[in-house]
Amino acid sequence: MRYIEPHAHMVSRVTDDYQAMVVAGCAAVCEPAFWAGFDRSSPAGFYDYFCQLTEHEPRRAAKFGLPHYCWLCINPKESEDVSLASEVIAMIPKFLDRKNVLGIGEIGLNKNSRNELKVLEMHVDLAARHNQLILVHTPHLEDKLKGTRLILDVLKADSRIKPERCLIDHVEEHTVKLVLDGGFWGGMTLYPETKCTAARAVDMIEQYGGERLWMNSACDWGVSVPLAIPHAALELRKRGHSATTIDRLIYQNPKRFLSQCPNFKVLEAD
Amino acid sequence: MNRQQLLDLYYLEARSKLIDVAAFLDRLDRADGPADFRLTAFQEALRELQSNAPSRAERVLTALSDPTSEPIPAATTKAACGAWPGKAG
Ligand SMILES: [Zn+2]
Repeated sequence: MRYIEPHAHMVSRVTDDYQAMVVAGCAAVCEPAFWAGFDRSSPAGFYDYFCQLTEHEPRRAAKFGLPHYCWLCINPKESEDVSLASEVIAMIPKFLDRKNVLGIGEIGLNKNSRNELKVLEMHVDLAARHNQLILVHTPHLEDKLKGTRLILDVLKADSRIKPERCLIDHVEEHTVKLVLDGGFWGGMTLYPETKCTAARAVDMIEQYGGERLWMNSACDWGVSVPLAIPHAALELRKRGHSATTIDRLIYQNPKRFLSQCPNFKVLEAD
Repeated sequence: MNRQQLLDLYYLEARSKLIDVAAFLDRLDRADGPADFRLTAFQEALRELQSNAPSRAERVLTALSDPTSEPIPAATTKAACGAWPGKAG
């Protein structure tokens, strides 16, 4: 079995996780820029983080033969301070030509505030000006439905944005249709308590066809499971899906979306 | 998969989660404390389970969601709690 982990915060994980992922068949890992669990105090903190994502972490992954890619942004949890966000966004173009950068992400909303929305629009403009793919984080729990609607409105309002180049992550049963009907890709995040279980992800795949859906572990410094995708593959198998279908969902689908960025290359023969 | 196969695969797990919910509500009953919007929202969402209409998961999630559409003036917390406090009171 082979799979691509399209969303994992590896800077928060131990080397045992790299080893377990590669042993389970991981062919590439993609790391969106994320909140550290505390607010960074200055743009310099983000500069260092972007260096970590584009220099140090790929070297760490390479020790396990695993290609590492990343997405850059200031995440929605730190978007209330618009002037800090502006400074960080101004710094991002310097990093866009680094060879493991896939695009702008994970941008989006957290509490659906006016400033978060302003910063989201700034990121969307940045992506449009630099012709970058977009990875969107949708809010948690009670904020997800409203946030997803607001995010889709922003993306649809910008005529430069092509929905097939945007992935809207952390969809659940109440948001997946909005995302797919808009022509966007949807990501299902497999978390033990919040977001989505493997059984529910398979339900959504069976109902919506899985043409523009991927699954991810979104493993980070919180309660999360780095091997969530191989576990979901087992769930698909239990539900009677063929090896070809499983390969399409956990390998070909992310590859198809991510290959829209010329930096993304996986070595396995198809 | 047919219904029989799905029951074979998921029945015991769903049964266990159902009893967990029942025990959780019993535990709350035995404890003292003021009304809480999360419990109200939970009880409202439970009603969606008793309907035979499809899309129960979608309806439960929607029942636990902020129904408004305007951005809030400012984020005063980073966390979400799983129910919309606006329904309280
Ligand atoms: Zn993430």
